Amino acid sequence: MKYKKYEPWLYLAPTLLALALVFAYPVVRLVTLSMQRRSKGEMVFVGLTNYQTLFKDDVFLEAVGNNLYLLISVPIMVAIALLLAIFLFERIRGWRLYQTTLFLPYLLPIVVVGLIFSYIFQLSGVLNDLLTLVGLERFALDWLGSTRLALPTVMFVVVWKEVGLGVVLFLARLMSVEEELFDAAKIDGANWWEMQWYVTIPQLSTVIEFFTVISVITMLSWVFNYVYVMTAGGPGNSTMVTELYVYLQGFRYNQMNLAAATSVLILIVTIVLIFVQFRLREGEEGWEAF
Amino acid sequence: MGRLDRIFSWLGAGTRQVVVIFATLLSLFPIYFMTVSAFKTKSEYIANKWGLPAAPILDNFATAFSGEKFFIRFANSTILTVGAVIISLLIACLAAYAFARMDFPGKRALFNLLISLMVVPPVVLIVPLFVSMVQWKLVNTYQGVILIYTGLLLPFSTYLMTNFFRTIPREIVDAALIDGASNFGVFWRILMPLSAPAVITLIVVNALWVWNELLIALVFLQKDEMKTLMVGITALRSRNYVDIPATMAGLLIATIPIVILYIFGQRYFIRGLVSGAIK
Repeated sequence: MKYKKYEPWLYLAPTLLALALVFAYPVVRLVTLSMQRRSKGEMVFVGLTNYQTLFKDDVFLEAVGNNLYLLISVPIMVAIALLLAIFLFERIRGWRLYQTTLFLPYLLPIVVVGLIFSYIFQLSGVLNDLLTLVGLERFALDWLGSTRLALPTVMFVVVWKEVGLGVVLFLARLMSVEEELFDAAKIDGANWWEMQWYVTIPQLSTVIEFFTVISVITMLSWVFNYVYVMTAGGPGNSTMVTELYVYLQGFRYNQMNLAAATSVLILIVTIVLIFVQFRLREGEEGWEAF
Repeated sequence: MGRLDRIFSWLGAGTRQVVVIFATLLSLFPIYFMTVSAFKTKSEYIANKWGLPAAPILDNFATAFSGEKFFIRFANSTILTVGAVIISLLIACLAAYAFARMDFPGKRALFNLLISLMVVPPVVLIVPLFVSMVQWKLVNTYQGVILIYTGLLLPFSTYLMTNFFRTIPREIVDAALIDGASNFGVFWRILMPLSAPAVITLIVVNALWVWNELLIALVFLQKDEMKTLMVGITALRSRNYVDIPATMAGLLIATIPIVILYIFGQRYFIRGLVSGAIK
């Protein structure tokens, strides 16, 4: 194919322009904003003062702690997804229908899911009704209204919604593993556990790692919708997360600069995670693999 | 042989089926709960939360449609979804053509950058974007939000289309070139029609993402008549007077387009999401 030297750039131009407007320029502006503060109607440079303020703010620290707490769910999610994917892969009856159903939560709007679950977990909600019905009224608790339970409850909903992605990813990868690997293991007399440990998990390692990184990023920076809809950060600040903190500082309390500093910190964490993912994948995938 | 094997056989077919059925029921329960509640009266909802409605009623749907400017919100969500999906699709395909079929300095670095942009959380962009959008007078406009959505959809879209274009055999392109097609002609008349499966995948995945998006819609469309369906729904909870069955009816209506999209585009869906992780 012949083309002039400038031609690729013509095709790339609209994309590059949009990315510049939506990513590049905002990031530059974000960093600047994070080092400024409004004083007498003007933005003045204040260095790292905003960051210092953040680390003295208990609400911010609580938000960071809550995001870290949510990370507990990542290994749980990977384990559940793995187990379900393996069971489906063993072609239990109706596996295709199960896959379709297990994936459905991932597609529903978080707003809708959050609202439904907030009615399920209400003090007078359907879960407590069911618990009372089977004689477990001791466990009929105020799931979203207690500072101790609200965050684990939100975490449950995140896992409920995101686990289906793991199942689909793992299952798709399993389907492309060569049948002989499993047969060979069987001939060697491997039992079920050995089979998973020596064949399935090594074969799935890149996908497991991908799903893990994606889930870590989700827990650290994509949980706004859940919290906004179900608890709005409460009760107290027990479900405050960094994203909600950015939203509230920036758009409720008019502290754009603090919001910007928080955003910069979230961005740095994300970049580190992406970098880790790239390093892990180095040599095996990327450009050459096309 | 021994204990492990006994555990294995105990874990056999029966248990497996039980675990999967339990997980499936758990996945479906909230959807079931939403659906049955939408057909109950308020008093029946209180008396019978999880059972089927004794006498299904449709009044809740009328309430949902009449309240909270439902049709305006539905229209806003539709406009944004259609706008952002089409625009991002067109410009992503153009860029993908350059990535897949041409060489230029910095190609590899640019492509890797594009891949990493996929996971940048939108929350880090809203503060500076808001400051800029105020200056550009794009707050509370469709154009402004479509621009943001387009930007956010581009990395994945370009990535997916590039991968797909690379699978189209070179001979097809060469034959067209010999027949005198221009480079753009090859793109528009040969590659695009052959890429229908990838294009459908992209439309389905992106439409869903825009339809479900909350944060950007919340920040950039604050004027009441500009709000999207998802933003409207979040307001249902904070009202003092809560009519749960009517809320459930509203949620059901907001969910139906997605379920329909999923049923028809299921293959494309799974393929699109999987393509990010598995090659």
